[in-house]
Amino acid sequence: MGQFGIGQPLRRKEDPRLLRGEGRYTDDVNVDGQLWAAFYRSPHPHADILSIDPAPARAAPGVAAVFTIADLDADGVPDMPCEVELSDLSGRPMWKPMRPILARGRVRFVGECVAIVLAATQAQAREAAELLKVEYAPLPAVADSESALAADAPVLWEALGSNVPVHWQNQDSAPVDAAMAAAAHRVRVRIVNNRLVPSPMEPKAALAAWDAQAAKLTLWAPTQGGRRIQANIAKRYLRLEQDQLRVISQDVGGGFGMRGQTYPEFVAVAWAAKQIGGAVKWRADRTETFFSDYHGRDQVNEAEMGLDSDGRMVALKIVTLVNLGAYMAENGPRMPIEGGGRIIPCCYHAPQFHFSVKPVFTNTVSTDTYRGAGRPEANFLMERLMDEAARATGLPREEVRRRNYITQFPYRTPMGYVIDSGEFARGMDDALRMAEWSTFEERRTEARARGRLRGIGVAAFIEAAGGRAPTEDMRVRVDAEGAVTVFSGSHAHGQGHDTVFSQLVNEFLGVDPDRVRLVQGDTDVTPRGSIGTFGSRSSMMGGGGLKASCEKIVAKATLVAAHLMQAEPAAVRFETGVFRAGASETTFSEVAAAAWDARRIPEGMTPGLDESCLFQREAENFPNGCHVCEVEIDPDTGTPEIVRYVAIDDCGVVLNPLIVHGQVYGGVAQGLGQAMVENALYDADGQLVSATYMDYGMPRAHHMAHVEAGFNTTPCRTNPLGVKGAGEAGACGAPPAFIGALVDALRDHGVTHIDMPATPEKIWRAINRANAPA
Amino acid sequence: MRNFDYHAPASLDAAVALIGDKEDGKLIAGGMTLLPTLKQRLAAPSDLIDLAGVAELKGIKREGDEIVIGAMTCHADVAASDVVKSAIPALASLAGVIGDPAVRHRGTIGGSIANADPAADYPGAVVGLNAKIVTNKRVIAADDYFIDLFETALEQGEIITSVRFPIPERAAYQKFRHPASGYAVVGVMVAKFGADVRVGVTGAAGSAFRASDFEAALSENFSADAIKGVKMSPDGLLSDIHCTNEYRAHLVGVMARRAVAEA
Repeated sequence: MGQFGIGQPLRRKEDPRLLRGEGRYTDDVNVDGQLWAAFYRSPHPHADILSIDPAPARAAPGVAAVFTIADLDADGVPDMPCEVELSDLSGRPMWKPMRPILARGRVRFVGECVAIVLAATQAQAREAAELLKVEYAPLPAVADSESALAADAPVLWEALGSNVPVHWQNQDSAPVDAAMAAAAHRVRVRIVNNRLVPSPMEPKAALAAWDAQAAKLTLWAPTQGGRRIQANIAKRYLRLEQDQLRVISQDVGGGFGMRGQTYPEFVAVAWAAKQIGGAVKWRADRTETFFSDYHGRDQVNEAEMGLDSDGRMVALKIVTLVNLGAYMAENGPRMPIEGGGRIIPCCYHAPQFHFSVKPVFTNTVSTDTYRGAGRPEANFLMERLMDEAARATGLPREEVRRRNYITQFPYRTPMGYVIDSGEFARGMDDALRMAEWSTFEERRTEARARGRLRGIGVAAFIEAAGGRAPTEDMRVRVDAEGAVTVFSGSHAHGQGHDTVFSQLVNEFLGVDPDRVRLVQGDTDVTPRGSIGTFGSRSSMMGGGGLKASCEKIVAKATLVAAHLMQAEPAAVRFETGVFRAGASETTFSEVAAAAWDARRIPEGMTPGLDESCLFQREAENFPNGCHVCEVEIDPDTGTPEIVRYVAIDDCGVVLNPLIVHGQVYGGVAQGLGQAMVENALYDADGQLVSATYMDYGMPRAHHMAHVEAGFNTTPCRTNPLGVKGAGEAGACGAPPAFIGALVDALRDHGVTHIDMPATPEKIWRAINRANAPA
Repeated sequence: MRNFDYHAPASLDAAVALIGDKEDGKLIAGGMTLLPTLKQRLAAPSDLIDLAGVAELKGIKREGDEIVIGAMTCHADVAASDVVKSAIPALASLAGVIGDPAVRHRGTIGGSIANADPAADYPGAVVGLNAKIVTNKRVIAADDYFIDLFETALEQGEIITSVRFPIPERAAYQKFRHPASGYAVVGVMVAKFGADVRVGVTGAAGSAFRASDFEAALSENFSADAIKGVKMSPDGLLSDIHCTNEYRAHLVGVMARRAVAEA
C-alpha cells in the first residue's frame, strides 16, 4: 500500500549516517578514567599449565591489575555452559564440558584466554601481557574431526575418555538400510564442508563501566541484541539483578550469527570492571578475531541416496562429523541437527531417512552459528547428491529434482518440522528460464572454441527462519505530534530494520517513514522481552510484533477519534492516516495529539498512544529458492570465472525488494566465499595457519558476478505478514550452484566433485588428474 | 606497535646520516610492509627515518635509452606516467596491478625493491628488464641484487636512490594473483633486447630469478610456441596452503607464454 509501505523499494534510511562515519560502534565509546585490557592467549594448542607468574606483567609500566582464573575462582565466577541437550538412541545424554572464562590448568586451543591485563593504555596492556610468565607442558594435539576419532588420537577431555560426546541418531538405521539395499540406483558423496572464519568488519570489543553510586554496570559490546547477554552476565557471572547490567550495542559491524554469544572476553571485561570498581575497555585486533571468534561450518558428510527406477528417492542416509573445537560453544552441537538437520532432505521427499551425527572435540576454536547455521551444509550435500542422482539415472539435473520436490503442504519433515508452503518447481522453472538453461549447450560449444571450459549448475535450497526463541517484544510510541518511535527487540546489524520497520509503520499508521525513529540495542530502553536478531527472524518476529503493536495503536486511536468526531467507534474507519465517520474526518496526527491530552479522550481512558506486543509466533517459516550459476574455467590455470548468476528466492511477502535483494547479494557473496576461496586451516599440530587475510582468502568483487535476482513469492501461511526470512538464503544457494557448475564444466574430464574451496590449483589438478593416462 | 622516534629528513644526506647514527633505526618509504609489521609488533625499531620528504628521491625521467625512476616514486605515478607508458608499457602495466589503489598510492618502487618480498611485482621487472639499482654508494646490477627471501645486496645504511630500466624492444608482464593476498603467486616479465631475451620471474621462489631455459628458447625464436615444451622444475620453488611448488612451476610456463604473446 502507498508510496512507502509494504513492498516498496524504499532506500535505506540508515545508510547516510553509516556511510558518513556517524555510526556509534563499541570502539567509538570511551569513559573517563577507563583502563585498557589485553588478553594473554595460549600459544599452544594443547598443554598443561604448570605455573603462571603474573609478577613481571604487574610490574610493567601503567599496569593496574593482572587477573587469572585463580582470581575468578576466588570470586566464585562460574564456568560457561553449552546450552544444547542431546542424547543417543539409548537415551544417554550428551557429555558436556564447561569452559572456564580463563584457562584453568590446561589450554586446549591456540588463542585461549589465560589472563587479562589492565593498564592505563592499550599499548601498555599489550606490552605487559607479553611479559606474563606461563610455564607449559605441551600435550599432543589434534585439529581435524576425522583424526580425532582415531583410537590413538589425543583426548581433550579425560573424563569423557574419547573426543565424541554423543552419537546422535534420528532413528535406528535398519529400515533405511533395507530400503537402500532395494533401491534401483544408489549414489554416494563425501563432502568436507570447509571451516570458515567469520569476518565482520568490526572486531570483537567491549567496554564495561561500573557505577558504584547506582550499583550498576554498563557494558558496550557488539551483540545481536544484548538481552540474553545481559541476563547471562548479570545473573550467572556477576550475581547481579538483571537490570543492574545495561548492555548497549547501538551499531554493530556484522553479526552473521557469531555476535549472539556470551564470549568469555565479555565476561572477563565485565567482571574486571566490577572488580576494580571502574571502567575497562578492550578491543581485539584482527588476529585475535581470527583466534577467538567462533568459527563456522567444519563438517565432514558421508551421504548416500537410493532411488527407484523412475529416479524417485526411496532412502537417504547421512553420516556427519561436526568439529566442535575444544569447548562446546553455546550452540555448537546444535548446528548439524537442529540447525541444518531440521530441513533435511531439504526441498525433497525422502520416504526413509537415517541421520547420524557425531560432534567431535579438537584443539581448535569452537564452532557455532554462522550465516545459515547448518542449512548451507545440509543444502550443499543434498544438491551434490541430486547431481550425482542425475548422473546415475541419466535424467537431466532439473528433472531428477522435479521428480523429488515436495509438492504437498503443509509437509512434515523427517525431523518433525512442518513446512507451510512452497512452490519449488515453479521457482526452479523461473530460474532456469531466466538463466537460459535450455540453450546452455550452445554456450558451452562457443566457449570451447575459445579454449574455455564452460559449465552450468542449478541448486534448489530451503531454509528455516525464526526458529528457537518463539517470542519478540516490540513497542510503538506515537507522540503528540504524530511522530513514531519504535522500541525494537529485534536488532539490526546490517539488515535495514530502520527502513523496513518505518515502512511497516507507514503501512499500518500512515505515518511518513521520515517521522519514524528506531531505538534498538540498549537494554535500559528496549522492551523487556526483547530477544534480538538471528536466524533470519526479524521480519516475522519484529515485524509481527510491530504489526500487533500498531493494531493496538489504531484500536485505541479509533476510540479517541470517535470521541473527537462524536461518532460511534464502530462507525469509524481508518485509512491512509485518516479516521472517517460519516462526513467527519480527523487525521492520525490530530488524534495522536488528543490521545495525550486527558481532557480530549473518552472517560476512563489512560492518556497516551504507546503500545507494545510480546509477539508469539505460531511456527517458523521456510524460505527457499533456486539459484543457477554459470562458470567458465581457464584450463591453463584452473581459474574459474562466474559469467552468470541467477537467484530466484521465495521469502514470502517481500517487505522491501531493494533490501531483500541486498541480503541475497550479500549471502551469495558469502556463499561464493566459502565455495571459492575461504578456508580456515589448522595444521596437524593445531596451529591456525590461515590466521591473517594474507592466507585466509576473502571473496572479492572479481569473484562475484552480477546477480540477476527475482522472486517466487509464496506467502507464508503461519505469520501475520506472510513473510519468510531472507538473510541466509544466498549462503545456502551459492555453494552448490557454483560447485555444480564447476563439475559440469569438467564433466568431460571425469570430474564428479570438487571440495570447497575450489581454488584454481584444485581445479587445475582435477583437470590434469583426469587428463592423465590411466 | 611499540614506541619509536620518528625522523623526517629533507635530504638524502640527512637520511644517510640518521640511519648511520641510530642504534636500531629503520628507513620507511611507503610503509606498506613495515607498518603492518610494526602494528603486529613483529618489529620494534628504535627510530623510523621517513624518506617521504626527500624530494631528490622522487620523479620519473628518460635519460637516453633508460627510464630512471626515483626510489620514492609511488606505483600509481609509474602506472600513470606517459614517459613510462611510451617507453616501457609493460612496466607501467606492472605498476598498475600491484596491490589495490590505496597501496599503489602509498607504496614505492624503492621500498618494494629494498624489502624484496618474494611475491612482490617489481623484482620481476628489475630482473626481467635488467635494471640497475642506484644507491647512495654504488650501482648494483639486477643479477647481483636479489639474494633470498627479503634479502638483497644492500648493505647496512645503504639507501636506494633510483632504479634505471633499459628500454626493451618489446616486453610484457603477466601475473597470477594469490587467491588470498592478491600478491603474485607467479609474475613473469619477458623482455626482448635485440637478440637477447630476458625472463624475470617473481613470486615463484625465495627471490626473483631469471628463467634461463625460457630465455634460451626465446632467443632462438621469440614466440609462445617456442616455450611450449619448456618446463620449469618445481624443485626449490615456494609452496603455501593455496599454491604448491608444482602449481607455481606450471604457472611460470603459462605466464611466460602469455607474456610473450602480449609483448
